[in-house]
Amino acid sequence: MIEPGSPAPDFTLRDQDLEKVSLGNFAGRRVVLCFYPGDFSPVCSDQLSIYQEVLEEVRARGAELVGISVDSPFVHRAFREQLGLEMPLLSDFHPKGRVSGAYGAYRSDRGFDNRSLVLVGPDGTVEWSYASPSDREIPGANLIFDALER
Amino acid sequence: MGELTSAPAPPVGEDDHVRGSGPEAVVYLDLGCPHCAASWPRLARLDLRLCFRHFPLAGKHRRAAALHGAAEAAGLQSEDAFWSMVDAIYADHGHQDDPHLWERARALGLELDRFERDRRSAAVAARVRQDFEGGIRAGLVATPTAFAAGERITGEGIQDSLAILARD
Repeated sequence: MIEPGSPAPDFTLRDQDLEKVSLGNFAGRRVVLCFYPGDFSPVCSDQLSIYQEVLEEVRARGAELVGISVDSPFVHRAFREQLGLEMPLLSDFHPKGRVSGAYGAYRSDRGFDNRSLVLVGPDGTVEWSYASPSDREIPGANLIFDALER
Repeated sequence: MGELTSAPAPPVGEDDHVRGSGPEAVVYLDLGCPHCAASWPRLARLDLRLCFRHFPLAGKHRRAAALHGAAEAAGLQSEDAFWSMVDAIYADHGHQDDPHLWERARALGLELDRFERDRRSAAVAARVRQDFEGGIRAGLVATPTAFAAGERITGEGIQDSLAILARD
């Protein structure tokens, strides 16, 4: 997992609407990258539903929250619609897991992302990172606010 | 802007919905959650001092906000009505639309105009959100989740774990 103090690897990925989104889009702001195993899985649905409920408070603290998985943009779109998610979901679909791998969040043995959070600061430096000890453990939203308010 | 950094689940206070006597259990529930509905029949009968906390997840359960608003609005007419509304929602979980809520309110003898006004009010939404934010700060990620005897218990089987506590 990428360590605090490291420069956050730049990326450009397609979102659920096929729009290109780069890390540079968030320059001057903080962004929480939420790597997760896969759209529509029960645990990921719980995780992103919880984060949706506090998205307004994340934004009120000057940060954005972005989901990243190896799913395609079309699946991301359907997943967002099903859960009523407002955060962008980025597709690390091809080459599969390249961006997640750069952040140390890709499980090449399983073919999907480890459940991980990375807070990138306004200057593009990693301020905080967290990797769940197992696929089934959801990092509570409290951890995001702890990181934002340290 | 609410405080959302990590903190223990708030202790039971005067604002809380509390029923029964025995060992204390603080339980975070989503009235739209089928796992909570499955746990409720046994959970509600245990010899516990049961504190109900709201934890609606609208993304997963589209009627969650309306159901919690209905329970809280019933509670503004009487604390018994709060618990009766919770019981009624979980007892017939397939019926969650507005007409089903009005039917329950009528059956409980509530003032319907007041119920209808209260359940959509900012005050009721704020009361539900207060519980929700306490749960977020305590690191909740799923329902049902209970805090009892210094432990945190999550999942559909919480009623079995709490039954052991109730017998001790």
